[in-house]
Amino acid sequence: MPAIDVPQPEFMEDEEISIFADAVGKFFQQHAPEKRVESWRENGQVEREFWNEAGQAGLLGVSVPEEYGGHGGDFRHDMVVLDQQAKHGVDGFAASLHNTIILPYLVRHGTEEQKKKYLPKLVTGELVSAIAMTEPGVGSDLQSITTTALKEGNGYRINGAKTYISNGQTADFIVVVAKTDPNERAKGISLMLLETEGAEGFERGKKLDKIGLDAADTSELFFDNVFVPAENVLGGVEGKGFYQLMGELAQERLVIAMGAATGIEKALETTLEYVKERKAFGQTIWDFQNTQFVLADLKARGTAARVFVNDCIAKLLKGELDVATAAMAKYWVTELQSEVVDKCLQLHGGAGYINEYPIAKMYRDARITRIFGGSNEVMKMLIARSM
Amino acid sequence: MLDTANRFAYTEEHEMFRDTVRKVFAQHLEPNLDEHEENGIVPREVWKAVGEAGLLCPTIKEENGGLGLDFGYCAIVGEEMSYLGSAAGFTLQNDITANYFERLGSDEQKAKYLPGMISGDIITAIAMTEPGAGSDLQGIRTTAMEDGNHLVINGSKTYITNGQNADVVIVVAKTDPAGGAKGTSLVLVDADTPGFERGRNLDKIGQHSADTSELFFNDVRVPKTNILGGENRGFIHLMEELPQERLGIAVAAQASAQRAFDEAVKFTKERKAFGQTVFEFQNTKFTLADLKAELQVGWAHLDWALLRHFNGELTTDEASAAKLWHTDLQWKAVDVSLQLHGGAGYMNEYAIARLWRDARVTRIFGGTNEIMKEVISRSI
Repeated sequence: MPAIDVPQPEFMEDEEISIFADAVGKFFQQHAPEKRVESWRENGQVEREFWNEAGQAGLLGVSVPEEYGGHGGDFRHDMVVLDQQAKHGVDGFAASLHNTIILPYLVRHGTEEQKKKYLPKLVTGELVSAIAMTEPGVGSDLQSITTTALKEGNGYRINGAKTYISNGQTADFIVVVAKTDPNERAKGISLMLLETEGAEGFERGKKLDKIGLDAADTSELFFDNVFVPAENVLGGVEGKGFYQLMGELAQERLVIAMGAATGIEKALETTLEYVKERKAFGQTIWDFQNTQFVLADLKARGTAARVFVNDCIAKLLKGELDVATAAMAKYWVTELQSEVVDKCLQLHGGAGYINEYPIAKMYRDARITRIFGGSNEVMKMLIARSM
Repeated sequence: MLDTANRFAYTEEHEMFRDTVRKVFAQHLEPNLDEHEENGIVPREVWKAVGEAGLLCPTIKEENGGLGLDFGYCAIVGEEMSYLGSAAGFTLQNDITANYFERLGSDEQKAKYLPGMISGDIITAIAMTEPGAGSDLQGIRTTAMEDGNHLVINGSKTYITNGQNADVVIVVAKTDPAGGAKGTSLVLVDADTPGFERGRNLDKIGQHSADTSELFFNDVRVPKTNILGGENRGFIHLMEELPQERLGIAVAAQASAQRAFDEAVKFTKERKAFGQTVFEFQNTKFTLADLKAELQVGWAHLDWALLRHFNGELTTDEASAAKLWHTDLQWKAVDVSLQLHGGAGYMNEYAIARLWRDARVTRIFGGTNEIMKEVISRSI
């Protein structure tokens, strides 16, 4: 029983979208059953082959234009993949990162050559992507990164270290955020396209031991004089990197907000199921007024969250989603998600602390959403700038 | 290090004991925290070392082989352990089972168990919760049926602290299934009794070093003399001991909250962003100031409660209120502190990540915070 009953937005009411959703759902059912996902959690990584399977089934590059080998859809199709992934509990598979964050950098800012060279392979899954922004000493303050990409001959040499990089073990195509001009701040940043195969001096560090997101191979990456050819500066011109990043962050933040809204709904669903079955003192846990009031409050706010997120998506589809609004959605919905998973865990009693119960995993997984994609403190800074 | 400058519940003797506790933990606990976390258990050698140093069951009277000290000594062990970030089951033995054995035990039972509990040779557990009965303790289904001079125990328990290590378990069972609360007894089961089986060491969100387990009782046969306290008086015995258990949880929660705060201060004063330390942002300063104010109130309240308890005056609802309030503060402190760590806060190699995971259960065990509100409301 769905816990939140906000009707599907009009822009999703499209037969073609429903058919696509069915197909994606079937794919996840067949290729990512619970046992397989459980193995990913145990290994801390999604199998590389899965990306090929997903690529073959048309789940990658759904909104990449057909002329570059993509499926020619739009953000709604990306949403379908994310929704179905959440619905089928497919942890760790970084479709949102690949499809809605990294591919758009290429599509919107790449040169024709770069698009023709890389997009087709990113769509088939032959190449799996990652983007390396954060460093051990630099998170929020992106302009202060110390990784450099200095000109040498017909290319650049990349030196530095990155951390907290999603898909860090799996990715073979990495967008490295580096200073092509270390004397500048924002103006010195370029996005360097690195194919990891055969890249001398490139090293994957350890998979990081995190509180949650067990199946995500979040890692450190090391660059020791790694060579990239001159034509691998995204967009072909140095110094545009920071602005390219800023241009895409609104969408990235909306995607996080969408995930958080879905996380809220799933937490409420699993909790309603639990409390309506669990008995104590001659009644179900649901029968206590405290339980009902806590969940009623969360349903009310969860509903507002979903409506807000849908409104933001509608804006995005029209090209009207501004930075501040996206920041508001990211900030507000992730804060709510944290509160929801906490209160839902509490309603599970001791069981909520045991990892075999879904709410325990939801609790551990949710905590990062107030931090990644720009911490919620940074979100408030962005919102304040609009006031 | 836990700052105790403004505390008023403790004497000089208490503080000298704290020095000893710190030394012992620095040697035996602190260097092994990661190992305990990874293995899901604190090894017996550590229990022995801690026992040998006099940190276990300090309240046991001298005539029973103990030091005859007050609960403050238990509280100090709890504070230091919690501040360190260990989830070892020492506090279960000190704060909870020691009393059960000493107050309710027959001379034979006391002689059999207390010396070992003090030395660390005997590790104890108490088994109340079942898969189908948590808050509603009267709903337990484990039975201890009379068979001549014996009781035969059947049932299963879960979420039992020290479950893997325990040499003896105080089992809460129905000696009279029709009797509800009045039909419950506490029965001692030695771990080597046939039919007793340890289940899994449960995979939890946190407190990994606590070997929290399922326990199974399959026609476990014990002599009737294994009843601890009065037959069919088990529920009453439990009710009598719960206030101290709850105070102990409050103590640990406050210490953990303080550690979380201290970690955040350390991290934010060192970490730089946008040309300044993270501490220098007004948001950081205000967040930490708010937390500091609450911690100040918390310590004052905790010492008030401890003194009342030393004097035998702490009421059931006061103990419940302490458990409720301090665990809520602990949760707020670890969450706020984790956020101030940024991405690092999500990484288990940082202390705050473990503190955050370990904290979550304290609003649930020892009686959920919802039950605490129920208990408090009865005093209104």
